Amino acid sequence: MYEGAVQELIDELGRLPGIGPKSAQRLAFHILEADAGDMQKLAEAITAVKTRVKFCSICGNVSEQDTCSICRDPRRDASVICVVEESKDVMAVERTRSFRGRYHVLGGAISPIDGIGPEKLRIRELLTRLSDDTVQEIIIATDPNVEGEATATYLIRTLKPIGVKVTRLASGLPVGGDLEYADEATLGRAFAGRLAV
Amino acid sequence: MYLAHLSLTDFRSYPGLELPLGPGVTVLVGSNGVGKTNVMEAIGYLSTLGSHRVSSDQPLLRFGTEQAFIRARLVRGEQQASVELEINATRANRARINRGNPVRAREILGLVRSVLFAPEDLALVKGEPAVRRRFLDELLVTLEPRHAATRADYDRVLKQRNALLKSARGGRLNEAQESTLDVWDHHLAGTGAELLRARLDLVQRLQPHIDTAYASLTDGSKIARAHYRSTAARPADVVSDDDGAVASAEAPAAVVGQDSGDDAALLADATVEELSALYVEALRAGRRQEAERGLTLVGPHREELELLLGPAPAKGFASHGETWSFALALRLAAYYVLLDDDLSGTQAPVLILDDVFAELDAQRRSRLATIVAGAEQVLVTAAVEGDIPPELHGARVRVLPGTVELDGTHGG
Repeated sequence: MYEGAVQELIDELGRLPGIGPKSAQRLAFHILEADAGDMQKLAEAITAVKTRVKFCSICGNVSEQDTCSICRDPRRDASVICVVEESKDVMAVERTRSFRGRYHVLGGAISPIDGIGPEKLRIRELLTRLSDDTVQEIIIATDPNVEGEATATYLIRTLKPIGVKVTRLASGLPVGGDLEYADEATLGRAFAGRLAV
Repeated sequence: MYLAHLSLTDFRSYPGLELPLGPGVTVLVGSNGVGKTNVMEAIGYLSTLGSHRVSSDQPLLRFGTEQAFIRARLVRGEQQASVELEINATRANRARINRGNPVRAREILGLVRSVLFAPEDLALVKGEPAVRRRFLDELLVTLEPRHAATRADYDRVLKQRNALLKSARGGRLNEAQESTLDVWDHHLAGTGAELLRARLDLVQRLQPHIDTAYASLTDGSKIARAHYRSTAARPADVVSDDDGAVASAEAPAAVVGQDSGDDAALLADATVEELSALYVEALRAGRRQEAERGLTLVGPHREELELLLGPAPAKGFASHGETWSFALALRLAAYYVLLDDDLSGTQAPVLILDDVFAELDAQRRSRLATIVAGAEQVLVTAAVEGDIPPELHGARVRVLPGTVELDGTHGG
């Protein structure tokens, strides 16, 4: 145990995801030895992110204004919505530069173990966005794991009766990979989702 | 295939162990508590990623250590391969194949094929249904490693669904919970049906071998059979006891008139989609009971491989000797199924007999020894030399605390 402030910093850093006690200690001593001005900037950045950043009232993505830059952008196609679990998934899809529509961030996936039911996800907000005929297609891009799949099934069952076109991301082989190294589950899914050419 | 070398680091009682092995029979002799079983357990772990003695990894690490290694060199026909498994106390286990980059431990499943016989096998006949389900699932994963993922997905869905059922207050589901439950039903039925299809096929492959093996261990006066009972085929059975088995009540209308109540035969032609539909139906029918108990009552985790000796269930009716013969017959049947599966002729499983001869009478001893003597590699442990039937000629290794002494039969 270190004295006062140092131990407090180690404890706080250790609470962050992916940081164990050893890493927390290394980070704490780095902060201690680093330039005071730089660390001031870090502290300000943390404060700023907590005071300034809100969630977009339309899509739920992180934003500094009431609506995010994607929802405000008139060049984005308003007829297609890509539904993702988290804001960081928005960034992942954006990096592809192949999607020009808008997003909807659910804020997680259905997971009864964690007490998350569909009512805790931003599904009602998604339905509100479908109240007129602007949106023609919903692309479901939840994670390909048990919880993500369950969320996708729930969304499909909720959205289908409305009559909007619902699609899902394909799952299968990674680009640049070798067929022989693909694991059985992935290869199996790729077979099930094969395309006619 | 056979193991040419086994090396242990901080596994159980061994700080370090180097054990050269060869094809044919090797007998490890040593008094109780010196660590013979630990060696066998290590090989079993390489093969199934589970221990036949404990359910967690912690006891496998030598006391006070954080990491253990099991390394083995295998010979498959003309080819050699090496596999290394790293068991970690606080991180996920990792594996390396042919000194390559570390991969998930799961990647080595199916590589080292073995069948392990141990005194614990009595539970296959006398124990809870979970023991027999594990027997099926382990063999399934050895035959088709992708089923490890099916199992993991199923367990995860089951956990989520149970959590949802538990959140129902006073056994009542509100509308939102009902609609979420529909979703979990769909996924439970889907992954459950995949697992069920695989288990049913496996039971059908095991069936003829179980009877043959039992007959060859005994004088053959009784017929040994294994019947799978699925909650998909018997929704009426779902209300059941607490050990997780469907009640062995009278056969449902669908199978009356057949002498067999085996769902593996009944559902032989059902596709995964059809089985999934059966599960969805059974889940719908049992939903109220499930909500009341906060527990999923339908699915592969509540199903049973019922063992029959003649007309009667083996559990409760078989004598001690018959129980042993049945347990051995199940393991032998697993061995035969793996042999059938080995089209290349290079993947015959290693047979491991851990302390079983001491438990058997002279007749069963000699019959078992005759059957296994022909396998490509047989590893046997015994406390005293006298327990080893004369039919098993082979190398002898003396096991002393923390080390072994070779008789020089294999040499490096």
